[in-house]
Amino acid sequence: MSNTPFSDGIQAARLDAAELSENFGDLHPRFDDHEALVAADRCYFCHDAPCMTACPTDIDIPLFIRQIATGTPEAAAKTIFDQNILGGMCARVCPTETLCEQVCVRETAEGNPVEIGRLQRYATDKLVDAGLHPFGRADSTGKKVAVVGAGPAGLSAAHRLAMHGHDVTVYDARAKAGGLNEFGIAAYKSVESFAEREVDWLLKIGGITVETGKKLGDGLSLDGLNAEFDAVFLGIGLGGVNALGVDGEDKDGVDDAVDFIAELRQADDLGQMAIGRDVVVIGGGMTAVDAAVQAKLLGALNVSLVYRRGKDRMNASEFEQDLAASKGVRIITNASPKSVIGNGAVREIEFEYTDNDLKPTGQTIRLAADQVFKAIGQTLEGDGLPELEWGKIKVDDTGRTSVAGIWAGGDCATGGDDLTVTAVAEGRDAAEDIHAKLSA
Amino acid sequence: MANLESDFVGIKSPNPFWLASAPPTDKEYNVRRAFEAGWGGVVWKTLGAEGPPVVNVNGPRYGAIHGADRRLLGLNNIELITDRPLDVNLEEMTRVKRDYPDHALIASVMVPCEEDEWKRILPMIAETGCDGFELNFGCPHGMAERGMGSAVGQVPDYIEMVARWCKEATDLPVIVKLTPNITNILHPAEAALRGGADAVSLINTINSITNVNLDAMSPEPMIDGKGTHGGYCGPAVKPIALNMVAEIARNPETAKLPISGIGGITTWRDAAEFMALGAGNVQVCTAAMTYGFKIVQEMISGLSQWMDEKGYTSTADFVGMATPNVTDWQYLNLNHVTKAVINQDDCISCGRCYAACEDTSHQAIEMSEDRVFTVKDDECVACNLCVNVCPVENCITMRTLDVGEMDERTGKPVEADYGNWTAHPNNPMSTAAE
Repeated sequence: MSNTPFSDGIQAARLDAAELSENFGDLHPRFDDHEALVAADRCYFCHDAPCMTACPTDIDIPLFIRQIATGTPEAAAKTIFDQNILGGMCARVCPTETLCEQVCVRETAEGNPVEIGRLQRYATDKLVDAGLHPFGRADSTGKKVAVVGAGPAGLSAAHRLAMHGHDVTVYDARAKAGGLNEFGIAAYKSVESFAEREVDWLLKIGGITVETGKKLGDGLSLDGLNAEFDAVFLGIGLGGVNALGVDGEDKDGVDDAVDFIAELRQADDLGQMAIGRDVVVIGGGMTAVDAAVQAKLLGALNVSLVYRRGKDRMNASEFEQDLAASKGVRIITNASPKSVIGNGAVREIEFEYTDNDLKPTGQTIRLAADQVFKAIGQTLEGDGLPELEWGKIKVDDTGRTSVAGIWAGGDCATGGDDLTVTAVAEGRDAAEDIHAKLSA
Repeated sequence: MANLESDFVGIKSPNPFWLASAPPTDKEYNVRRAFEAGWGGVVWKTLGAEGPPVVNVNGPRYGAIHGADRRLLGLNNIELITDRPLDVNLEEMTRVKRDYPDHALIASVMVPCEEDEWKRILPMIAETGCDGFELNFGCPHGMAERGMGSAVGQVPDYIEMVARWCKEATDLPVIVKLTPNITNILHPAEAALRGGADAVSLINTINSITNVNLDAMSPEPMIDGKGTHGGYCGPAVKPIALNMVAEIARNPETAKLPISGIGGITTWRDAAEFMALGAGNVQVCTAAMTYGFKIVQEMISGLSQWMDEKGYTSTADFVGMATPNVTDWQYLNLNHVTKAVINQDDCISCGRCYAACEDTSHQAIEMSEDRVFTVKDDECVACNLCVNVCPVENCITMRTLDVGEMDERTGKPVEADYGNWTAHPNNPMSTAAE
C-alpha cells in the first residue's frame, strides 16, 4: 500500500483492505434471535398504534413485533410484506427516527423507542435469506402492464400487479434492476448485495419480465408503451443532477455525488476507489451524507459537508447528521458556494455565509478541496412526459397522471417525501388502482 | 433503623427472611453461603427416613413460564426430597448450627405415615441442634404417589395424627407445611392446630404442567418423551398464597395459629404483604433460585426503610395489621364510588386502556383524533382494568367520589352511609330492617 490519508490528490487505496472492510461493514448488524426477542418484548402492542400511522406503507407494526415475540418471525415477515414488498430494504434505509420510531410511545415515555427498523430487518431477512416467497399469483387476467423504472416504486407496482394476475414488463435504463436501492444509497446500508438479492426474491412471484438498458427516449417511447400495454406505470426517478451555477464548476475533481455513490456500490474492490485528500460535499440531504461519510470511510483526510441553510433545515435526518459527525465529517452550515478555484483541477472552493433566508452576509470562507461532490438535488429528466407540476409528474392520490392509461409514483411524481418507503407505497397504491381499472 | 430480629414460635433469627425447604437448602455449602449473604434462617431440604435415599430423575427437573424479557414468573419442579443419605445431612446440619448459632435452622421432615417412623427420626434430627421441625405435608409430586407429602396434607385427619405424634416426640416447635392442592385451606390448618402444631407454613407448591412440547407432544419438563405434573411456585403463585394465608389468619378458630408465609415472595414488599396479612415470618425459594442469595440484601434494606418510614420498630408491630380488612364480598361497601382518572402529563398515548375498555369492558374511555384518552364518568364502573393494563405506573388512578357528589353513571349522589349487599334491595335474601 503506497497511499495514506495524507497522500495528495485523488488516490485509491488510502486504507488497507482490512480497514476498508471494517469501515464498510453493516451499519446496524442484524439482531440475533436473543436480541430480537428482547427488543420485541418492549413493544406495548398499542391500540391503533402511532408507529403504524407514521409508516408510509401502513405496516401493522405491533402485530409483526408480537409475531416475532411469539416465535414466528416468518409470519412477521408476511405481515410486513403484505404492505411493503421491499420491507427488507426499508428496514435498512428508512429514517425510522423520523417515522415509526419517532412516534413510538416508548420514545415518548423514555426517549428510547422500540427498535422497529431492526426488528423489521430481523423478520424480513428470515424469509429473504431462506429464499421463501410468501405470495402467489391470482389467475391470469390476460392484461399487460408496462412499468418503467426498476426502482422501489416500479418494483413495488410490478409485484402487486403480478400478484393480481397481470403480466408485467419492467424496463430500466441501467444494466441492473433496483434503482436507488442498487445505485443510490451508501454501501454500509446494504451489505452482502442485499439490493440485488431482494430483487431476485421479489421476482419469485413470477409474471414479471425485466428488461434492462431500456430508457424512455432511448429505445422506449411513452406513446408506444401506452399503445402496446393495457396500462403503464412510470417510476423513473430523478435522473438529472442540479448544477451549482458557480464559476469553475467544470473543473476536474468536481463530480456528482450520485455518480460517486453508484460507482462505489458497484465496485468489486473498494481499494480501487479513488478519493480526494480534502473532500467537500455540497448539499444537506441523505445523498450528501452518504457521499461524505463514504468519502471519509475510503480514507479521505478531511471531509466537509457544506449546506447553505441552517442545520435544522437539512433534509438529512438528525441520525444521519450524527452518523456523519461520528465518522469525522465536518458539517458546515449557512454557507453557499461562490466559486471553484483551481488551475484545471479544483484546489479550493469558496463559500459565502448566508442566513436562513439565503441572504448573503458578505463573509466568505475557503476550503481546500481536491474533490468536490455536488448533492444539491436531482431533477426529473425526459421529454413528452404527462403534465408536470413543480417539476414532477402530476398525479392524483392513486397515481393517475394527466394521460389516461399512465400512472406514476416514486421520486418522479408529486406527493410524499422522496423516500424509498414512500415510493413503495405509491407504487403499490397505483398498482391497486391499475388493477381496479383493468378489472372494471 | 428498624429492628428486623424475628421470633417465630420461639425460634429466633436476625431477620424474618428464611429460605424455604428446597434445593437452595440441600447442603452445608449452600446454607453457609445463604447465611453469609444475610438470610435469617433456613428450612433444610426435606429429610427422609434412614436407609437408601430417594433418587431423582436424571433429566430436567424444572419447567418455567416467563414474562417480558424472559423474566421468570413461575417455576415448576419434579425434584423429590433430599437424595443424600440422612447421616450426611445430619452431620452437615450439626456443623452449620454450631457455626451459626444465632441463625434459625429448621429441619423439614417427611417419612411414611407411621407413628414409630416419626417418633424415631425426630429425636435423631434434634441431635443436630436444630431449632424446630417443619412437617412436609405439601410436596405434590413423586412422594405423594408413595403416600407422603401432599397425600398426607390432603387428609386433615392424617395431619392431625402426625402432628400429634411429632409433638409427643419432641419439645422443639413443630410447623406443619400445608399443601394448596385442596379446596379449603381451613380444614388442614384446623387439623394442624388440633394436632398441637405450633404453626403452619404455606403454601407448598401447586400441581401444574407449565408447558407442552409441541414437537414431542409431551409435558415439560420432559423426561424421555414423558412428563408429569410438578409443583408450581414463584411470583405467579403469590396471589393464591396470600389468599390462603389471609383465610387462616381471619378464621376465628385459627386466628392465633402462627403462620410462616410462603409463595412467590420476591421483594421486601411481597414479604411485608404476607406479614401484613398475618404471617409472622416468610420463606423464600424461587427468588433465590432465580437471582441468587444476594436478593436478601434488598429485602432487608427495603423492609427496614419501609418500617422506618411507617414508624414500626419491630416486625410484630405490623404483622396481621391488614387481616381485619379482609372480608367477604357481601360486606363490601356498595356506596363507595370511584372513577378512573388519566393523568395526561404521564400518559404516553399507547391506547391500551382504550382497547381494553372499548373491546372488553364498559366503553368508558374516549379517544380523540390526536390520541388523547379521557374517562367518560357516565360510563365508568371503576373496574380498574385500565389501571391494570396501563404500562405507566400511577398514570391512571382511581378517584374516590366525595359524599354527595353526583355519580354521573347512575345519576345519583354518593351516599354517606355504608351499605352492603346483605341489605341491598336487589338481594332477595336481604336482611334490611323492615
